[in-house]
Amino acid sequence: MAILESNVNVQAAQFADNQKNMLALVNDLRQLQITIALGGGEQAQQRHKSRGKLLARERIATLLDSGSAFLEIGQLAAHQVYEDDVPCAGVVAGIGRVSGVECMIVANDATVKGGSYYPLTVKKHLRAQEIALKNRLPCIYLVDSGGANLPRQDEVFPDRDHFGRIFYNQANMSAAGIPQIAVVMGSCTAGGAYVPAMADVSIIVREQGTIFLAGPPLVKMATGEEVDAETLGGGDMHTGTSGVADHLAENDEHALLIARAQISRLNWQKANPLLPAPVIAPRYPAEEIYGIVSADVKKPWDIRELIARLVDDSDFDEYKSRYGTTLICGFARLWGYPVGIVANNGILFSESAQKGANFIELCCQRNIPLIFLQNITGFMVGSKYEAEGIAKHGAKMVNAVACAKVPKFTLVVGGSFGAGNYGMCGRAYDPNFMWMWPNARISVMGGEQAAGVMTLITKEAREKRGETFDANAQAEFKKPLLAKYEREGHPYYASARLWDDGVIDPAQSRDVLGLALSAAMNAPAQETRFGVFRM
Amino acid sequence: MIKRLLIANRGEIACRVMRTAQQQGIYCIAVYSDADANALHVQMADEAHYIGESAPSKSYLDQDKILQVAIQSQADAVHPGYGFLSENSQFAAALEKNQIIFIGPPASAIVAMGSKSHAKKLMTEAGVPLVPGYHGDDQSMVTLINAVKNTGFPALIKASAGGGGKGMRIVQANDDIEQAILSAKREAKSGFGDDHVLIEKYVMNPRHVEIQIFCDQQGNGLYLHERDCSIQRRHQKVLEEAPAPNLPAATRKAMGEAAVRAAKAIDYVGAGTVEFLYDGQDFYFMEMNTRLQVEHPVTEMITGLDLVDWQLQVAQGVPLPLKQAEIPCHGHAMEVRIYAEDTERDFLPTAGHIDALQLPALNARVRLDTGVQSGDEISPFYDPMIAKLIVHGDTRAQCALNMQRALAQYQIAGLTTNLGFLQRLLQCEDFQQEKLSTHFINEHADELAMPQTPVHLLCATLLSQIIPQASQENIWQQLNGFLLNAPAQRQITLLIDGEKQVFCLQQQADGWQIVLEDETLLLNGHWQADQLHYRINGTHYQARCLISDAQIYVCDQYSRAQFDLYRADFSHNRQDESGLHAPMNGSLIHLAVQNGATVNKGDLLYIMEAMKMEHSVYAPAAGKIAALYHNVGDLLKEGASVLEFAAEEA
Repeated sequence: MAILESNVNVQAAQFADNQKNMLALVNDLRQLQITIALGGGEQAQQRHKSRGKLLARERIATLLDSGSAFLEIGQLAAHQVYEDDVPCAGVVAGIGRVSGVECMIVANDATVKGGSYYPLTVKKHLRAQEIALKNRLPCIYLVDSGGANLPRQDEVFPDRDHFGRIFYNQANMSAAGIPQIAVVMGSCTAGGAYVPAMADVSIIVREQGTIFLAGPPLVKMATGEEVDAETLGGGDMHTGTSGVADHLAENDEHALLIARAQISRLNWQKANPLLPAPVIAPRYPAEEIYGIVSADVKKPWDIRELIARLVDDSDFDEYKSRYGTTLICGFARLWGYPVGIVANNGILFSESAQKGANFIELCCQRNIPLIFLQNITGFMVGSKYEAEGIAKHGAKMVNAVACAKVPKFTLVVGGSFGAGNYGMCGRAYDPNFMWMWPNARISVMGGEQAAGVMTLITKEAREKRGETFDANAQAEFKKPLLAKYEREGHPYYASARLWDDGVIDPAQSRDVLGLALSAAMNAPAQETRFGVFRM
Repeated sequence: MIKRLLIANRGEIACRVMRTAQQQGIYCIAVYSDADANALHVQMADEAHYIGESAPSKSYLDQDKILQVAIQSQADAVHPGYGFLSENSQFAAALEKNQIIFIGPPASAIVAMGSKSHAKKLMTEAGVPLVPGYHGDDQSMVTLINAVKNTGFPALIKASAGGGGKGMRIVQANDDIEQAILSAKREAKSGFGDDHVLIEKYVMNPRHVEIQIFCDQQGNGLYLHERDCSIQRRHQKVLEEAPAPNLPAATRKAMGEAAVRAAKAIDYVGAGTVEFLYDGQDFYFMEMNTRLQVEHPVTEMITGLDLVDWQLQVAQGVPLPLKQAEIPCHGHAMEVRIYAEDTERDFLPTAGHIDALQLPALNARVRLDTGVQSGDEISPFYDPMIAKLIVHGDTRAQCALNMQRALAQYQIAGLTTNLGFLQRLLQCEDFQQEKLSTHFINEHADELAMPQTPVHLLCATLLSQIIPQASQENIWQQLNGFLLNAPAQRQITLLIDGEKQVFCLQQQADGWQIVLEDETLLLNGHWQADQLHYRINGTHYQARCLISDAQIYVCDQYSRAQFDLYRADFSHNRQDESGLHAPMNGSLIHLAVQNGATVNKGDLLYIMEAMKMEHSVYAPAAGKIAALYHNVGDLLKEGASVLEFAAEEA
């Protein structure tokens, strides 16, 4: 037992100050969530409901086991990306338990632009499938979409990771034994028709769901045939005549009930033998995180205070606590699962990078999932460090992170800059899941540094040309750069573009990680082989 | 010596008899019908014999068959329990003839008490008080008017042949007596074809007080105190207690002695009960039951004696072990009968399946006599009594409190029962104040009616769905209703009066928030086994919850409620609408149509009988009978297709 002792003074002015700032950010996030959960807005929802249809989120709630948590992904997708408001990128996705099985659910929201696929809708759908593939989660598609967004066809149709990839994934996941179930609760036109057609099992709602390669208008144009949608591709026809769908449902509720029954017949077992130990809550309340973390990423705080509020019983066995002390590594349990934690507590030095690489090796050997807590401005720079080979030491850590095949989870709790992002399992390193806190920042380097570097280079160039570049001009020059970095480094900006799986309330971190761990256990444990470490 | 005992009964009494017999090393032989093949009494028995179909006349009432089983299984004795063959003198005689002991009185005693008029004559001779009146053949107006006047007021004129209130008149002193006699005779004539009437003193607000007597073969007789069984509905007892509250010692003694005289007058042997009407002053003989009574446990509770043991001893010729003065009487005991019945629908029996049971904790003061277990069917063939709960206390008030506590732990899922009614009964102020009469239930109908479901039980029900039980140890369920960046939310949908009602609860720092009838409530709670400890806005409550499939049963000391969870059901698809289904479990007693028949809307199609009630089913529209699936006499499950009906195309 190595219980972390918290040194936080909840009475301190700094605590209150931090809390106030963080709560403002969290409340803004919650407010945004409420708006996003309204989908296309109340009017569109009313219209949708008046047709006897359930809303996307209601469908998910009905599908899930009563009381099951729902771990949403890409909640902020497409937020302020397009001129149009496209909440959730028009598709609600996440993991929940259905008939006792953890499933990836992808539900089109027809109240948002008819559920049509914007580029980020495609990206989110594919990300959901990627999570399902990596964690081996059965997929349930609740289809109610007009298909690709025609004006943006160049951004959704032709490329590898565009619309067609959805069906490629369905086929390959099915081939890998990951069940694919489609519930057709609205239209499924053209390419969309392949979602149910390529599913292992498809369910369709009578007089509501339609599946066809071309809808009545296109058919009339192409062949002159006049036919109504229900006759052309309704549930009765598809379950009775064409066999495109397997089960005919009377309404949404019925369809979801059938989907639940289908899941109950999967004979599904989680493949990773890792079993959770009895769960013990941390010794300190999660809400104290608000007062511990500074909203300003430049202000340091002790990452152990966070670990004490994340792990079971605040019990953390630190690895090499006296060596490379800017990277905290250690073993713990989280919601009963054994985890290895890699957490920044300052800048990365050669020692800390080597220690990190070492620790990751240990976890892979023991089949222990890794949690990365990112708060990193980068690796140390300067001649001394270059000379001692910080590049090769950093490379070891990046190598270890890249090759580690245990489940990896990344939580950005502060800065995520430069190569630090790589060493700490940024998006490019394929963590099973990645989240950001609302105070976090992500960019190639900090705005100040970037602006400073650019200013220096510009100053040199101008001085070469004999031009002046005085302090005022420099400040003017920096301004737009700083603004750009602030805007693009913001977690909303990142999450809207699906550089992560969501911005989360810091107090929910433990639960989000626990759910993700549980989901990841559906995939079998994998052997890790590392690349060549430069010694 | 009795070594092998056949119990010619079923249900709780069969189990009760076996319990004592088996304790004494006696080998117990049970009998069973189709419906009871897996019943508890069969499981308890050392040996069990099948005796026929479920209908009692084909099994438990078939004395030849039971006699045969007794002979075949080499039984030394037969215990008849109560009901069925317990007061059948022929059966007793037949056993006697075959040298098998009948645990009960001699056949002659049964005969003597079997005929009401004969019994009354015997009782008069023995000096047992009868309700004063006139039962003579002289039906002249003068004689009858005089008889009324001699009897005293109020007097009751009733048809000799009658029953059920027809041809019955109550006359007060200043009424027109002649008019009353004439109208009673008219009704008697039209109702029963016989205008013979009898006159009796009308006992106002009577109590039903009965004496438990015991006689041995040596001619000794004694009484084991009395029981008050005034709380009745539909002429059946609901709650019995001993000793009778508020009964003067002298009356108690007089009643006891009269009962023993009554028994001795017919050379009685064994356990018997002499029932009296008691009007607060005088008591009058009603009848004698020549068997062990349903409510015998209350006597056992206050005396500490085992009446079945005594029965077995006496039947073997052992003299009574105690003298009258030695009969103990400790504290107070009450018994409630738990019936499968709908107290809101005139106590109509209900039938069905016991999905789950939660029983009160049993101890020296809480006894449960039952013949059913979880999974059993309460069949329409037999008495709807499920069990008897018997409780002891130092005083009557203490006993009533103990009973309330025991009832608050008792839940039966799958059936409508009178448990809630019993809880309300025990809370009646008049009951607590010993204001008993056989009219009690009718007179307190409003107080006893099912109240609106209390809000706190609704809250308990919602929490029972929300608070995870220890068995749900996975994180998804433990993180109850978790949503990202939002408070956890739960929606519970209940069916209330057939209407879907959605309750939305949102998690706050210290509980679940819900708005009920414009009031914001904060709920939280935790489980202790099946007991829910919960708070509503800080006030602590406890409720016992039984959750079975789609129902939630909750109860506490004062109230109980049952809620139906909404479950989408699409099993009855459109094509099924043409089938006509049995509205309940029961038997098909009449088919009014033939296959292929054309019927008009509203025409009778068939009649079902369940729980002695007929239920007619009519054509929902004009149409044709496309198929018949059952014959008259078939036993149908609720929802079974009876026939195929094709509605005429409009």
